[in-house]
Amino acid sequence: MAEKISQETVIKVSRLARLSLTSNEAEKMTSQLSGMLEHFRDIDALDLADVEPMTRPYPLKNVLREDVVAPSLDRDEVLGQAPAAESGRFRVPPTIGFDV
Amino acid sequence: MSEVPVLPNDWQLIVGLEVHVELATKTKMFSASANRFGDEPNTNIDPVTLGLPGALPVLNQHAIELAMRIGLALNCKVQPCTFHRKNYFYPDLPKAYQITQYDHPLNVDGHLMLPGDVRIGIERAHLEEDTGKSTHFGGSSGRIHGSDYSLLDYNRAGVPLVEIVSRPDIRTSEQARQYVAELRSILLAVGASDAKMEEGSMRCDVNVSVHKPGTPFGTRCEIKNVNSIRSVGRAIDYESRRQVDLIESGGTIRQETRHWDDSTGRTETLRTKEDADDYRYFLEPDLVPLVPDPAWIEAVRAALPVLPAARRKALAELCGVDKDGESAIVVVERGQDDYVRAVISAGGDARRAVIYVQQAFAEQGAAPKVPAKDLAALTILERDAKVTSTQAKTLLTDLIESGGGDVVAMANKRGFEALDTAALEAMVDAAIAAEPGAWQKYCDGEEKALGALVGAIMKSSKGKADGKAATALLQARRG
Repeated sequence: MAEKISQETVIKVSRLARLSLTSNEAEKMTSQLSGMLEHFRDIDALDLADVEPMTRPYPLKNVLREDVVAPSLDRDEVLGQAPAAESGRFRVPPTIGFDV
Repeated sequence: MSEVPVLPNDWQLIVGLEVHVELATKTKMFSASANRFGDEPNTNIDPVTLGLPGALPVLNQHAIELAMRIGLALNCKVQPCTFHRKNYFYPDLPKAYQITQYDHPLNVDGHLMLPGDVRIGIERAHLEEDTGKSTHFGGSSGRIHGSDYSLLDYNRAGVPLVEIVSRPDIRTSEQARQYVAELRSILLAVGASDAKMEEGSMRCDVNVSVHKPGTPFGTRCEIKNVNSIRSVGRAIDYESRRQVDLIESGGTIRQETRHWDDSTGRTETLRTKEDADDYRYFLEPDLVPLVPDPAWIEAVRAALPVLPAARRKALAELCGVDKDGESAIVVVERGQDDYVRAVISAGGDARRAVIYVQQAFAEQGAAPKVPAKDLAALTILERDAKVTSTQAKTLLTDLIESGGGDVVAMANKRGFEALDTAALEAMVDAAIAAEPGAWQKYCDGEEKALGALVGAIMKSSKGKADGKAATALLQARRG
Protein backbone atom coordinates (compact mmCIF):
# COMPACT_ATOMS: atom_id res chain seq x y z
CA MET A 1 0.00 0.00 0.00
CA ALA A 2 1.61 3.21 -1.19
CA GLU A 3 1.95 5.89 1.43
CA LYS A 4 1.26 9.44 0.59
CA ILE A 5 4.44 11.36 0.02
CA SER A 6 5.42 13.83 2.73
CA GLN A 7 6.12 17.48 2.06
CA GLU A 8 9.55 16.91 3.60
CA THR A 9 10.38 14.34 0.91
CA VAL A 10 9.15 16.65 -1.83
CA ILE A 11 11.41 19.43 -0.56
CA LYS A 12 14.38 17.07 -0.33
CA VAL A 13 13.84 15.79 -3.88
CA SER A 14 13.43 19.31 -5.23
CA ARG A 15 16.67 20.33 -3.56
CA LEU A 16 18.51 17.36 -5.12
CA ALA A 17 17.09 18.33 -8.51
CA ARG A 18 18.17 21.95 -7.93
CA LEU A 19 14.54 23.14 -8.07
CA SER A 20 13.61 26.03 -5.89
CA LEU A 21 9.98 25.66 -4.75
CA THR A 22 7.97 28.25 -2.84
CA SER A 23 6.02 26.85 0.09
CA ASN A 24 2.83 27.12 -1.95
CA GLU A 25 4.44 25.16 -4.78
CA ALA A 26 5.78 22.55 -2.38
CA GLU A 27 2.32 22.07 -0.97
CA LYS A 28 0.79 21.79 -4.43
CA MET A 29 3.47 19.32 -5.59
CA THR A 30 2.98 17.22 -2.49
CA SER A 31 -0.71 16.82 -3.15
CA GLN A 32 -0.21 16.18 -6.88
CA LEU A 33 2.52 13.59 -6.33
CA SER A 34 0.39 11.92 -3.69
CA GLY A 35 -2.40 11.70 -6.25
CA MET A 36 -0.06 9.98 -8.70
CA LEU A 37 1.09 7.53 -6.08
CA GLU A 38 -2.55 6.69 -5.42
CA HIS A 39 -2.62 4.98 -8.81
CA PHE A 40 -0.17 2.38 -7.54
CA ARG A 41 -2.75 1.17 -5.02
CA ASP A 42 -4.26 -0.88 -7.85
CA ILE A 43 -0.98 -2.71 -8.35
CA ASP A 44 -0.38 -3.06 -4.62
CA ALA A 45 -3.72 -4.79 -4.35
CA LEU A 46 -2.56 -7.69 -6.57
CA ASP A 47 -0.65 -10.75 -5.44
CA LEU A 48 2.57 -10.42 -7.47
CA ALA A 49 4.84 -12.70 -5.46
CA ASP A 50 5.56 -14.88 -8.50
CA VAL A 51 5.96 -12.05 -11.02
CA GLU A 52 9.42 -10.85 -11.99
CA PRO A 53 9.70 -7.06 -11.73
CA MET A 54 9.53 -5.62 -15.24
CA THR A 55 12.04 -2.87 -15.87
CA ARG A 56 11.51 -2.39 -19.59
CA PRO A 57 8.63 -2.85 -22.00
CA TYR A 58 10.73 -4.56 -24.70
CA PRO A 59 12.40 -7.98 -24.48
CA LEU A 60 15.81 -6.87 -25.78
CA LYS A 61 19.26 -7.68 -24.46
CA ASN A 62 22.90 -7.33 -25.61
CA VAL A 63 22.52 -4.39 -27.96
CA LEU A 64 26.16 -3.81 -28.82
CA ARG A 65 28.27 -1.94 -31.34
CA GLU A 66 31.71 -2.61 -32.82
CA ASP A 67 34.65 -0.64 -31.42
CA VAL A 68 35.12 1.51 -34.54
CA VAL A 69 35.93 5.22 -34.42
CA ALA A 70 33.59 7.72 -36.10
CA PRO A 71 34.57 11.36 -36.68
CA SER A 72 34.16 13.82 -33.84
CA LEU A 73 31.79 16.76 -34.01
CA ASP A 74 33.47 19.95 -35.15
CA ARG A 75 34.83 21.65 -32.07
CA ASP A 76 34.36 25.23 -33.23
CA GLU A 77 30.80 24.56 -34.29
CA VAL A 78 30.01 22.97 -30.92
CA LEU A 79 31.74 25.63 -28.84
CA GLY A 80 30.04 28.30 -30.94
CA GLN A 81 26.75 27.15 -29.45
CA ALA A 82 28.00 27.12 -25.86
CA PRO A 83 27.25 30.11 -23.60
CA ALA A 84 30.99 30.63 -23.12
CA ALA A 85 34.20 29.02 -24.38
CA GLU A 86 37.91 29.60 -23.97
CA SER A 87 41.04 27.84 -25.32
CA GLY A 88 39.03 25.14 -27.07
CA ARG A 89 37.12 24.36 -23.91
CA PHE A 90 33.72 25.06 -22.42
CA ARG A 91 33.83 27.83 -19.83
CA VAL A 92 31.48 27.31 -16.89
CA PRO A 93 30.78 29.20 -13.65
CA PRO A 94 32.48 28.00 -10.48
CA THR A 95 30.83 24.91 -9.06
CA ILE A 96 30.39 24.16 -5.40
CA GLY A 97 29.89 20.93 -3.58
CA PHE A 98 31.86 18.32 -5.49
CA ASP A 99 35.51 17.95 -6.23
CA VAL A 100 36.26 14.82 -8.16
CA MET B 1 60.66 -4.65 1.61
CA SER B 2 60.19 -1.33 3.31
CA GLU B 3 59.42 -0.38 6.86
CA VAL B 4 55.92 -1.27 7.99
CA PRO B 5 54.93 1.25 10.64
CA VAL B 6 52.99 -0.66 13.25
CA LEU B 7 50.13 1.18 14.87
CA PRO B 8 50.46 1.67 18.64
CA ASN B 9 48.39 -0.01 21.36
CA ASP B 10 47.11 -2.95 19.30
CA TRP B 11 45.29 -0.76 16.80
CA GLN B 12 44.74 -2.66 13.59
CA LEU B 13 44.56 -1.15 10.12
CA ILE B 14 41.68 -2.01 7.77
CA VAL B 15 42.00 -1.00 4.12
CA GLY B 16 39.81 -1.48 1.07
CA LEU B 17 40.68 -0.11 -2.34
CA GLU B 18 38.58 1.19 -5.21
CA VAL B 19 40.64 1.24 -8.38
CA HIS B 20 39.39 2.87 -11.57
CA VAL B 21 40.99 1.81 -14.85
CA GLU B 22 40.41 3.23 -18.31
CA LEU B 23 39.96 0.46 -20.85
CA ALA B 24 42.20 0.19 -23.89
CA THR B 25 39.42 0.53 -26.46
CA LYS B 26 39.48 2.56 -29.66
CA THR B 27 36.20 4.29 -28.85
CA LYS B 28 34.17 5.44 -25.88
CA MET B 29 31.86 3.33 -23.73
CA PHE B 30 28.59 4.42 -25.33
CA SER B 31 29.60 6.27 -28.51
CA ALA B 32 32.07 6.13 -31.39
CA SER B 33 34.34 9.09 -30.55
CA ALA B 34 37.99 8.15 -30.14
CA ASN B 35 39.27 7.12 -26.73
CA ARG B 36 42.71 8.73 -26.89
CA PHE B 37 44.81 10.40 -24.20
CA GLY B 38 46.55 13.70 -24.95
CA ASP B 39 44.53 14.94 -27.92
CA GLU B 40 43.59 18.62 -28.35
CA PRO B 41 40.68 19.51 -26.01
CA ASN B 42 37.17 18.67 -27.25
CA THR B 43 38.28 16.98 -30.45
CA ASN B 44 36.77 13.61 -29.48
CA ILE B 45 33.20 14.59 -28.81
CA ASP B 46 29.80 13.55 -30.16
CA PRO B 47 26.12 13.99 -29.27
CA VAL B 48 26.20 11.18 -26.65
CA THR B 49 29.32 12.57 -24.97
CA LEU B 50 27.80 16.03 -24.83
CA GLY B 51 24.41 14.82 -23.65
CA LEU B 52 22.64 16.46 -26.59
CA PRO B 53 18.87 15.92 -26.69
CA GLY B 54 17.87 12.70 -28.41
CA ALA B 55 21.33 11.14 -28.32
CA LEU B 56 21.26 7.45 -27.36
CA PRO B 57 24.07 5.40 -25.82
CA VAL B 58 25.06 2.03 -27.33
CA LEU B 59 27.42 -0.37 -25.52
CA ASN B 60 30.92 -0.91 -26.91
CA GLN B 61 31.34 -4.67 -27.34
CA HIS B 62 35.12 -4.54 -26.97
CA ALA B 63 34.82 -2.60 -23.68
CA ILE B 64 32.61 -5.38 -22.34
CA GLU B 65 35.06 -8.00 -23.46
CA LEU B 66 37.96 -6.18 -21.75
CA ALA B 67 35.87 -5.84 -18.58
CA MET B 68 35.17 -9.57 -18.71
CA ARG B 69 38.89 -10.27 -19.06
CA ILE B 70 39.49 -8.24 -15.89
CA GLY B 71 36.72 -10.08 -14.06
CA LEU B 72 37.91 -13.52 -15.12
CA ALA B 73 41.57 -12.71 -14.36
CA LEU B 74 40.41 -11.69 -10.85
CA ASN B 75 38.51 -14.97 -10.41
CA CYS B 76 35.13 -13.19 -10.49
CA LYS B 77 31.79 -14.61 -11.48
CA VAL B 78 30.68 -12.92 -14.73
CA GLN B 79 26.94 -12.43 -14.61
CA PRO B 80 23.95 -10.80 -16.35
CA CYS B 81 23.97 -7.11 -15.51
CA THR B 82 22.23 -3.77 -15.95
CA PHE B 83 23.20 -0.10 -16.10
CA HIS B 84 22.01 2.73 -13.85
CA ARG B 85 22.09 6.49 -13.88
CA LYS B 86 23.99 8.08 -11.01
CA ASN B 87 22.56 11.59 -10.87
CA TYR B 88 24.61 14.58 -9.86
CA PHE B 89 25.06 18.14 -11.03
CA TYR B 90 28.62 18.78 -11.95
CA PRO B 91 29.87 19.96 -15.32
CA ASP B 92 32.36 17.12 -15.81
CA LEU B 93 29.45 15.14 -17.26
CA PRO B 94 27.10 17.32 -19.28
CA LYS B 95 24.22 14.81 -19.05
CA ALA B 96 24.00 15.51 -15.27
CA TYR B 97 24.42 11.80 -14.61
CA GLN B 98 27.04 9.12 -14.98
CA ILE B 99 26.05 5.78 -16.47
CA THR B 100 27.36 3.08 -14.14
CA GLN B 101 26.42 -0.33 -12.77
CA TYR B 102 24.65 -0.49 -9.45
CA ASP B 103 22.93 -3.53 -7.99
CA HIS B 104 23.78 -5.93 -10.84
CA PRO B 105 27.43 -5.40 -11.87
CA LEU B 106 29.15 -7.47 -14.56
CA ASN B 107 31.80 -9.09 -12.32
CA VAL B 108 31.35 -10.15 -8.68
CA ASP B 109 33.00 -12.21 -5.93
CA GLY B 110 36.58 -12.60 -7.06
CA HIS B 111 39.97 -12.52 -5.39
CA LEU B 112 43.59 -11.66 -5.97
CA MET B 113 46.62 -13.32 -4.31
CA LEU B 114 49.49 -11.34 -2.80
CA PRO B 115 53.00 -12.59 -1.97
CA GLY B 116 52.91 -14.98 0.96
CA ASP B 117 49.58 -16.38 -0.28
CA VAL B 118 47.58 -13.49 1.22
CA ARG B 119 44.13 -13.53 -0.37
CA ILE B 120 42.35 -10.21 -1.01
CA GLY B 121 38.67 -10.48 -1.90
CA ILE B 122 37.26 -8.59 -4.89
CA GLU B 123 33.70 -7.51 -4.22
CA ARG B 124 32.94 -6.37 -7.76
CA ALA B 125 34.45 -5.01 -10.97
CA HIS B 126 31.83 -2.99 -12.80
CA LEU B 127 31.60 -0.93 -15.99
CA GLU B 128 31.02 2.80 -16.09
CA GLU B 129 32.04 5.92 -18.00
CA ASP B 130 34.81 8.37 -17.17
CA THR B 131 34.13 12.08 -16.65
CA GLY B 132 35.47 15.06 -18.55
CA LYS B 133 38.46 17.02 -17.33
CA SER B 134 37.84 20.27 -15.43
CA THR B 135 40.51 22.88 -14.88
CA HIS B 136 39.74 25.52 -12.28
CA PHE B 137 40.92 29.09 -12.71
CA GLY B 138 41.19 32.01 -10.35
CA GLY B 139 41.06 31.82 -6.57
CA SER B 140 44.22 31.09 -4.67
CA SER B 141 44.66 27.34 -4.67
CA GLY B 142 43.89 26.29 -8.23
CA ARG B 143 41.42 23.88 -6.62
CA ILE B 144 37.71 24.17 -6.92
CA HIS B 145 36.94 26.08 -3.75
CA GLY B 146 37.24 29.78 -4.38
CA SER B 147 37.81 29.45 -8.10
CA ASP B 148 36.33 32.02 -10.48
CA TYR B 149 35.50 29.71 -13.37
CA SER B 150 36.32 26.32 -14.84
CA LEU B 151 37.20 25.10 -18.33
CA LEU B 152 35.89 21.74 -19.53
CA ASP B 153 37.41 19.27 -21.95
CA TYR B 154 35.08 16.36 -22.76
CA ASN B 155 37.57 14.12 -24.58
CA ARG B 156 37.70 11.87 -21.52
CA ALA B 157 33.95 12.02 -20.86
CA GLY B 158 32.46 8.65 -21.75
CA VAL B 159 35.77 6.77 -21.88
CA PRO B 160 35.14 3.18 -20.70
CA LEU B 161 36.10 2.57 -17.09
CA VAL B 162 36.10 -0.48 -14.88
CA GLU B 163 35.93 0.15 -11.14
CA ILE B 164 37.47 -2.69 -9.16
CA VAL B 165 36.32 -2.75 -5.53
CA SER B 166 38.28 -4.87 -3.07
CA ARG B 167 36.89 -6.22 0.16
CA PRO B 168 38.37 -4.62 3.29
CA ASP B 169 40.89 -7.46 3.52
CA ILE B 170 44.10 -5.40 3.42
CA ARG B 171 45.90 -5.07 6.78
CA THR B 172 49.14 -3.21 6.06
CA SER B 173 50.23 -0.40 3.76
CA GLU B 174 52.75 -2.82 2.24
CA GLN B 175 49.90 -5.16 1.28
CA ALA B 176 48.02 -2.22 -0.25
CA ARG B 177 51.05 -1.40 -2.39
CA GLN B 178 51.41 -5.04 -3.39
CA TYR B 179 47.72 -5.18 -4.27
CA VAL B 180 47.94 -2.16 -6.57
CA ALA B 181 51.15 -3.45 -8.16
CA GLU B 182 49.70 -6.93 -8.73
CA LEU B 183 46.43 -5.55 -10.08
CA ARG B 184 48.41 -3.34 -12.44
CA SER B 185 50.43 -6.27 -13.79
CA ILE B 186 47.24 -8.29 -14.30
CA LEU B 187 45.60 -5.40 -16.20
CA LEU B 188 48.67 -5.07 -18.42
CA ALA B 189 48.94 -8.83 -18.94
CA VAL B 190 45.33 -9.18 -20.13
CA GLY B 191 45.63 -6.04 -22.29
CA ALA B 192 42.66 -4.37 -20.61
CA SER B 193 44.35 -1.04 -19.90
CA ASP B 194 47.70 0.70 -20.18
CA ALA B 195 47.27 1.30 -16.41
CA LYS B 196 49.42 4.44 -16.27
CA MET B 197 48.91 5.98 -12.86
CA GLU B 198 50.84 9.11 -13.89
CA GLU B 199 48.43 9.70 -16.79
CA GLY B 200 45.35 8.81 -14.76
CA SER B 201 44.39 5.70 -16.69
CA MET B 202 44.63 3.88 -13.33
CA ARG B 203 43.43 5.71 -10.20
CA CYS B 204 43.11 4.60 -6.59
CA ASP B 205 40.68 5.63 -3.89
CA VAL B 206 41.72 4.23 -0.54
CA ASN B 207 39.27 3.44 2.28
CA VAL B 208 41.02 3.48 5.64
CA SER B 209 39.70 2.65 9.10
CA VAL B 210 41.21 1.37 12.33
CA HIS B 211 39.89 -0.89 15.09
CA LYS B 212 41.00 -3.08 17.96
CA PRO B 213 40.94 -6.82 17.27
CA GLY B 214 37.62 -8.34 18.29
CA THR B 215 35.70 -5.07 17.90
CA PRO B 216 33.78 -3.82 14.84
CA PHE B 217 35.65 -1.88 12.14
CA GLY B 218 35.86 1.84 12.86
CA THR B 219 34.37 4.63 10.76
CA ARG B 220 36.19 4.80 7.46
CA CYS B 221 37.55 7.71 5.50
CA GLU B 222 37.97 7.64 1.75
CA ILE B 223 41.20 9.14 0.43
CA LYS B 224 41.30 10.48 -3.11
CA ASN B 225 44.10 11.77 -5.33
CA VAL B 226 46.48 8.91 -4.58
CA ASN B 227 48.37 8.79 -7.85
CA SER B 228 51.28 6.39 -7.43
CA ILE B 229 51.94 3.08 -5.76
CA ARG B 230 54.30 4.81 -3.35
CA SER B 231 51.61 7.35 -2.43
CA VAL B 232 49.19 4.52 -1.66
CA GLY B 233 51.50 3.38 1.13
CA ARG B 234 52.30 6.87 2.39
CA ALA B 235 48.65 7.96 2.43
CA ILE B 236 47.61 4.88 4.38
CA ASP B 237 50.44 5.28 6.91
CA TYR B 238 49.54 8.94 7.45
CA GLU B 239 45.78 8.45 7.59
CA SER B 240 45.82 5.46 9.96
CA ARG B 241 48.08 7.34 12.37
CA ARG B 242 45.81 10.38 12.16
CA GLN B 243 42.78 8.26 13.05
CA VAL B 244 44.50 6.52 15.96
CA ASP B 245 45.82 9.82 17.35
CA LEU B 246 42.37 11.38 17.04
CA ILE B 247 40.62 8.49 18.80
CA GLU B 248 43.23 8.25 21.54
CA SER B 249 42.94 11.97 22.25
CA GLY B 250 39.20 11.54 22.78
CA GLY B 251 37.96 12.51 19.32
CA THR B 252 35.75 10.60 16.90
CA ILE B 253 36.27 9.82 13.24
CA ARG B 254 33.77 11.41 10.88
CA GLN B 255 32.93 9.53 7.72
CA GLU B 256 34.36 11.78 5.05
CA THR B 257 36.26 12.04 1.82
CA ARG B 258 39.82 13.27 2.25
CA HIS B 259 42.33 14.59 -0.26
CA TRP B 260 45.90 13.25 -0.27
CA ASP B 261 48.53 15.94 -0.80
CA ASP B 262 51.69 14.25 -2.00
CA SER B 263 53.87 17.31 -1.36
CA THR B 264 52.89 17.76 2.30
CA GLY B 265 52.37 14.05 2.95
CA ARG B 266 49.01 14.73 4.61
CA THR B 267 45.32 14.13 4.03
CA GLU B 268 42.76 16.92 4.34
CA THR B 269 38.97 16.97 4.52
CA LEU B 270 37.41 17.33 1.09
CA ARG B 271 33.78 16.81 2.01
CA THR B 272 31.87 15.11 4.75
CA LYS B 273 29.43 12.36 3.98
CA GLU B 274 26.73 14.28 5.85
CA ASP B 275 26.28 16.12 2.58
CA ALA B 276 24.62 12.83 1.71
CA ASP B 277 25.78 11.37 -1.56
CA ASP B 278 22.19 11.01 -2.67
CA TYR B 279 22.65 10.04 -6.29
CA ARG B 280 19.07 8.83 -6.88
CA TYR B 281 20.21 5.81 -8.86
CA PHE B 282 17.68 4.44 -11.29
CA LEU B 283 17.86 2.01 -14.21
CA GLU B 284 19.22 3.63 -17.38
CA PRO B 285 16.15 3.56 -19.63
CA ASP B 286 18.25 3.96 -22.80
CA LEU B 287 20.19 0.71 -22.31
CA VAL B 288 18.94 -2.87 -22.26
CA PRO B 289 20.38 -5.59 -20.01
CA LEU B 290 23.72 -7.14 -20.83
CA VAL B 291 23.58 -10.94 -20.60
CA PRO B 292 26.90 -12.45 -21.64
CA ASP B 293 26.13 -15.99 -22.74
CA PRO B 294 28.28 -18.81 -21.35
CA ALA B 295 29.95 -19.46 -24.70
CA TRP B 296 31.17 -15.86 -24.87
CA ILE B 297 32.43 -15.96 -21.27
CA GLU B 298 34.26 -19.24 -21.92
CA ALA B 299 35.81 -17.90 -25.13
CA VAL B 300 37.15 -14.88 -23.24
CA ARG B 301 38.42 -17.11 -20.44
CA ALA B 302 40.13 -19.47 -22.90
CA ALA B 303 41.88 -16.55 -24.60
CA LEU B 304 43.33 -15.15 -21.35
CA PRO B 305 47.12 -15.24 -21.25
CA VAL B 306 48.99 -16.96 -18.44
CA LEU B 307 48.73 -14.47 -15.56
CA PRO B 308 51.74 -12.87 -13.83
CA ALA B 309 51.48 -14.94 -10.64
CA ALA B 310 51.59 -18.21 -12.58
CA ARG B 311 54.41 -16.91 -14.78
CA ARG B 312 56.47 -15.87 -11.74
CA LYS B 313 55.97 -19.28 -10.18
CA ALA B 314 57.02 -21.10 -13.36
CA LEU B 315 60.05 -18.87 -13.87
CA ALA B 316 61.08 -19.20 -10.22
CA GLU B 317 60.90 -22.99 -10.38
CA LEU B 318 62.87 -23.04 -13.62
CA CYS B 319 65.61 -20.75 -12.35
CA GLY B 320 65.80 -21.67 -8.69
CA VAL B 321 64.82 -18.22 -7.40
CA ASP B 322 62.06 -17.06 -5.02
CA LYS B 323 58.67 -16.61 -6.76
CA ASP B 324 58.00 -13.49 -4.66
CA GLY B 325 61.57 -12.25 -5.07
CA GLU B 326 62.81 -9.26 -7.04
CA SER B 327 64.15 -11.08 -10.11
CA ALA B 328 60.95 -13.08 -10.75
CA ILE B 329 58.75 -10.00 -10.21
CA VAL B 330 60.82 -7.66 -12.36
CA VAL B 331 61.45 -10.07 -15.24
CA VAL B 332 57.78 -11.09 -15.48
CA GLU B 333 56.64 -7.48 -15.21
CA ARG B 334 58.83 -6.60 -18.20
CA GLY B 335 57.52 -9.64 -20.06
CA GLN B 336 61.05 -11.05 -20.38
CA ASP B 337 60.32 -14.49 -18.93
CA ASP B 338 59.99 -16.05 -22.39
CA TYR B 339 63.37 -14.58 -23.26
CA VAL B 340 64.94 -16.07 -20.12
CA ARG B 341 63.39 -19.39 -21.13
CA ALA B 342 64.98 -19.06 -24.58
CA VAL B 343 68.37 -18.38 -22.98
CA ILE B 344 68.01 -21.54 -20.92
CA SER B 345 66.90 -23.53 -23.98
CA ALA B 346 70.05 -22.30 -25.74
CA GLY B 347 72.06 -23.99 -23.01
CA GLY B 348 72.36 -21.05 -20.60
CA ASP B 349 72.71 -21.27 -16.83
CA ALA B 350 69.17 -20.72 -15.49
CA ARG B 351 69.90 -18.74 -12.36
CA ARG B 352 72.48 -16.50 -14.01
CA ALA B 353 70.14 -15.95 -16.97
CA VAL B 354 67.28 -14.58 -14.85
CA ILE B 355 69.60 -12.42 -12.77
CA TYR B 356 71.47 -10.99 -15.80
CA VAL B 357 68.15 -10.11 -17.43
CA GLN B 358 66.80 -8.55 -14.23
CA GLN B 359 69.93 -6.47 -13.67
CA ALA B 360 70.89 -5.40 -17.17
CA PHE B 361 67.81 -5.60 -19.41
CA ALA B 362 65.63 -2.84 -17.92
CA GLU B 363 65.64 -0.95 -21.22
CA GLN B 364 65.28 -4.00 -23.46
CA GLY B 365 61.52 -4.64 -23.39
CA ALA B 366 59.89 -8.02 -23.89
CA ALA B 367 62.07 -8.91 -26.91
CA PRO B 368 65.70 -8.03 -26.11
CA LYS B 369 67.99 -7.49 -29.11
CA VAL B 370 70.74 -9.68 -27.67
CA PRO B 371 70.27 -13.17 -29.19
CA ALA B 372 69.39 -15.72 -26.50
CA LYS B 373 72.30 -17.95 -27.54
CA ASP B 374 74.82 -15.13 -26.91
CA LEU B 375 73.54 -14.47 -23.40
CA ALA B 376 73.51 -18.24 -22.84
CA ALA B 377 77.17 -18.41 -23.87
CA LEU B 378 78.04 -15.64 -21.40
CA THR B 379 76.32 -17.41 -18.49
CA ILE B 380 78.33 -20.53 -19.33
CA LEU B 381 81.63 -18.61 -19.50
CA GLU B 382 80.98 -17.31 -16.01
CA ARG B 383 79.65 -20.61 -14.65
CA ASP B 384 82.76 -22.41 -15.92
CA ALA B 385 84.96 -19.70 -14.39
CA LYS B 386 86.37 -18.74 -17.78
CA VAL B 387 85.64 -15.16 -16.78
CA THR B 388 85.13 -13.58 -13.37
CA SER B 389 81.79 -12.13 -12.35
CA THR B 390 83.22 -8.62 -12.79
CA GLN B 391 84.37 -9.49 -16.29
CA ALA B 392 81.01 -11.08 -17.03
CA LYS B 393 79.31 -7.79 -16.16
CA THR B 394 81.61 -5.94 -18.54
CA LEU B 395 80.88 -8.46 -21.30
CA LEU B 396 77.15 -8.14 -20.59
CA THR B 397 77.38 -4.39 -21.18
CA ASP B 398 79.38 -5.07 -24.39
CA LEU B 399 76.72 -7.54 -25.53
CA ILE B 400 73.89 -5.07 -24.96
CA GLU B 401 75.75 -2.24 -26.69
CA SER B 402 76.63 -4.35 -29.71
CA GLY B 403 73.21 -6.07 -29.80
CA GLY B 404 74.82 -9.49 -29.71
CA GLY B 405 77.93 -11.30 -30.87
CA ASP B 406 80.43 -14.00 -30.00
CA VAL B 407 81.13 -13.53 -26.29
CA VAL B 408 84.31 -15.62 -26.41
CA ALA B 409 85.69 -13.28 -29.07
CA MET B 410 84.59 -10.30 -26.96
CA ALA B 411 86.36 -11.76 -23.94
CA ASN B 412 89.53 -12.26 -26.01
CA LYS B 413 89.36 -8.75 -27.35
CA ARG B 414 89.25 -7.39 -23.81
CA GLY B 415 92.15 -9.62 -22.86
CA PHE B 416 89.98 -11.68 -20.55
CA GLU B 417 91.29 -14.86 -22.22
CA ALA B 418 94.52 -14.42 -20.25
CA LEU B 419 92.68 -15.21 -17.11
CA ASP B 420 92.12 -18.86 -17.58
CA THR B 421 93.58 -21.00 -14.85
CA ALA B 422 96.94 -21.48 -16.54
CA ALA B 423 97.47 -17.72 -16.88
CA LEU B 424 96.45 -17.16 -13.29
CA GLU B 425 98.87 -19.89 -12.19
CA ALA B 426 101.65 -18.04 -13.99
CA MET B 427 100.71 -14.81 -12.23
CA VAL B 428 100.75 -16.59 -8.89
CA ASP B 429 104.25 -17.86 -9.65
CA ALA B 430 105.32 -14.35 -10.56
CA ALA B 431 103.78 -12.86 -7.41
CA ILE B 432 105.55 -15.40 -5.19
CA ALA B 433 108.82 -14.62 -6.94
CA ALA B 434 108.27 -10.87 -6.61
CA GLU B 435 107.18 -10.96 -2.94
CA PRO B 436 109.30 -13.70 -1.34
CA GLY B 437 109.01 -12.12 2.12
CA ALA B 438 105.23 -12.01 1.99
CA TRP B 439 105.09 -15.57 0.67
CA GLN B 440 107.27 -16.78 3.57
CA LYS B 441 105.10 -15.01 6.13
CA TYR B 442 101.97 -16.41 4.54
CA CYS B 443 103.43 -19.92 4.60
CA ASP B 444 104.25 -19.35 8.29
CA GLY B 445 100.55 -18.76 8.90
CA GLU B 446 100.37 -15.00 8.78
CA GLU B 447 97.10 -14.56 6.88
CA LYS B 448 97.55 -10.81 6.56
CA ALA B 449 100.47 -11.41 4.22
CA LEU B 450 98.01 -12.75 1.66
CA GLY B 451 97.01 -9.16 0.84
CA ALA B 452 100.40 -8.28 -0.64
CA LEU B 453 100.40 -11.41 -2.82
CA VAL B 454 96.88 -10.92 -4.15
CA GLY B 455 97.68 -7.26 -4.63
CA ALA B 456 100.65 -8.16 -6.82
CA ILE B 457 98.46 -10.48 -8.90
CA MET B 458 95.80 -7.82 -9.34
CA LYS B 459 98.47 -5.34 -10.35
CA SER B 460 100.09 -7.57 -12.96
CA SER B 461 96.64 -8.49 -14.37
CA LYS B 462 95.64 -4.83 -14.44
CA GLY B 463 92.72 -5.61 -12.16
CA LYS B 464 91.30 -8.32 -14.35
CA ALA B 465 92.15 -11.24 -12.12
CA ASP B 466 89.50 -12.81 -9.92
CA GLY B 467 90.65 -12.13 -6.36
CA LYS B 468 88.82 -15.16 -5.03
CA ALA B 469 90.38 -17.49 -7.58
CA ALA B 470 93.85 -16.06 -6.89
CA THR B 471 93.36 -16.55 -3.14
CA ALA B 472 92.24 -20.13 -3.73
CA LEU B 473 95.35 -20.85 -5.81
CA LEU B 474 97.66 -19.34 -3.18
CA GLN B 475 95.97 -21.38 -0.46
CA ALA B 476 96.40 -24.51 -2.57
CA ARG B 477 100.09 -23.75 -3.07
CA ARG B 478 100.65 -23.31 0.65
CA GLY B 479 98.99 -26.67 1.15
